[in-house]
Amino acid sequence: MSDRVSPSTPGTPMVLADGVSKSFGSNEVLKSISLSVNPGEVLCIVGPSGSGKSTFLRCINHLERVDAGRLSVDGQLVGYRQHGDKLYELKPKEAAKQRREIGMVFQRFNLFPHMTALENVIEAPIRVKGVPKAQAVARAQELLTRVGLGTKGDHYPAHLSGGQQQRVAIARALAMDPKLMLFDEPTSALDPELVGEVLDVMKGLAASGMTMIVVTHEMGFAREVADELVFMDGGVVVESGDPREVLANPQHQRTQAFLSKVL
Amino acid sequence: MSLGNQDRPVTGSIPSPAGAPPTSEPIKAIKLKHPWRIVFAVVLILLVVWFIIDASQREAYGWQYVGKYIFDKRISAAALVTLQLTVYSMIIGVILGLCLAVMRLSPNPVVKSIAWLYLWIFRGTPVYVQLVFWGLFSLIYPKIFLGVPWTDWGVSFDLAFMQNAFIIAIIGLALNEAAYMAEIVRAGLLSVDSGQEEAATALGMGWGRTMTRIVIPQAMRVIIPPTGNEVISMLKTTSLVAAIPLTTDLYGVARDISAVTYTPVPLLIVASCWYLLFTSILMVGQYFLERRFSRGVNARRPDRGDGAALTGAVPVAGAPGNDLGGKG
Repeated sequence: MSDRVSPSTPGTPMVLADGVSKSFGSNEVLKSISLSVNPGEVLCIVGPSGSGKSTFLRCINHLERVDAGRLSVDGQLVGYRQHGDKLYELKPKEAAKQRREIGMVFQRFNLFPHMTALENVIEAPIRVKGVPKAQAVARAQELLTRVGLGTKGDHYPAHLSGGQQQRVAIARALAMDPKLMLFDEPTSALDPELVGEVLDVMKGLAASGMTMIVVTHEMGFAREVADELVFMDGGVVVESGDPREVLANPQHQRTQAFLSKVL
Repeated sequence: MSLGNQDRPVTGSIPSPAGAPPTSEPIKAIKLKHPWRIVFAVVLILLVVWFIIDASQREAYGWQYVGKYIFDKRISAAALVTLQLTVYSMIIGVILGLCLAVMRLSPNPVVKSIAWLYLWIFRGTPVYVQLVFWGLFSLIYPKIFLGVPWTDWGVSFDLAFMQNAFIIAIIGLALNEAAYMAEIVRAGLLSVDSGQEEAATALGMGWGRTMTRIVIPQAMRVIIPPTGNEVISMLKTTSLVAAIPLTTDLYGVARDISAVTYTPVPLLIVASCWYLLFTSILMVGQYFLERRFSRGVNARRPDRGDGAALTGAVPVAGAPGNDLGGKG
């Protein structure tokens, strides 16, 4: 895993959130979240369920609309275009173009069940980016090998274990050559003995310099891989900092209460 | 392993020798008898035999006329018309139903309401009444004028083709079918996990591509079985085109012949035989289609035929399919 990801604009953070808020009806899920992730960094977001971590992740690739604040990826506003002091909502096509550069891995894998592992990986490069099929297949084969599934390309998702499915899902996201990878509890739906193989792939990805935001309950992974750890609760960032420090010596009472339950 | 076990009692625990797992004797019990089952079956068989003997001797059935007309040229030509009506109106109905289903799932409230209104009207009125209406359509609209009101600027469409009973029949049946297909397609689209659409969106795929490449192929598994029911149902509904009136279909021609020969019952039997032949072929086809589309994905046991064989009825959410009864 030596290939570096595409260089981004120097000096700008990969993800910059400034007062990001989001409500579902009267339920305020995100309350003014501000944080930044630099290129090549790994950010882990932890917190109890319902704390807004997944919603925040989904806002980053515009699967959810942000209600207030500014959210930008690589210097570009997510979902909007700014002209003067006015914001214009992006057309679906423009939003889709933004999403191409952001890979996402879901808790429930969401592989396309009617396609083989290889077809899952080549679908978007061929249909969205217009990559020639032979080239897409070669690249997909390389990615599947990279996640340790070089021989499983012709298997349907139903015939793969959860851990294998999630690794295919990672390969599928990587096939679009994203500059940012989002992981939404990638190991939460896995049997305990399958968690390790997925985390190993993610560690390798982090080591190759990929910018990653990982919502997770795997504190060991956060301690080992993350450059920064954010603890969210009730839609706010309660505490953030170096993962080893936060995990070893949490300052805030709510962080202490949460960590005492999961560690 | 079971050596020496033969004489042991069935009850009571058997101490197993150390290391070997305990072996238990297979149960050899006397089977429970069901005498009433046999009695009931015999009674049913007797009734059927009695009915057959009686029917074969009854004058009114006119079996010699059944034999005479079953392969009559006029009847087989009419059977072809019935097949054409079925195929053409199903094709149009499926395409229109797909459009309506997508309209019903649209975020645009006006589009959604129009689709809902269409379904409300076409599912809420009998197909027979609809066909009578389409038969009168050319009286209501001899031509349609599209243009600026109170001026003569615009285009005029001649609707003379709406006097062709065959075309009216296809349009009438298709418009009614579209309403039912829309619900089947909608159930199919909703059956696909929302995570699929999300994953496709996250990969930068647009709405149209997500539908055609990801959602619709998966929805087909749910859409195909009730659509098979609809085809079978449509074949029988075509007999209602008499309402337009169109009389070149199977039932219409059978009636026309019997009006001349005064033998209505044998010709009804002739028509029924042809309908049964077609529906039987369709049911067999449906069985194989269903097997094909349920491959791999769902956990049906491959070792069992799984009952769906010739009943053709597969319960699917939202499917208004009734396997043998007509609708209207």
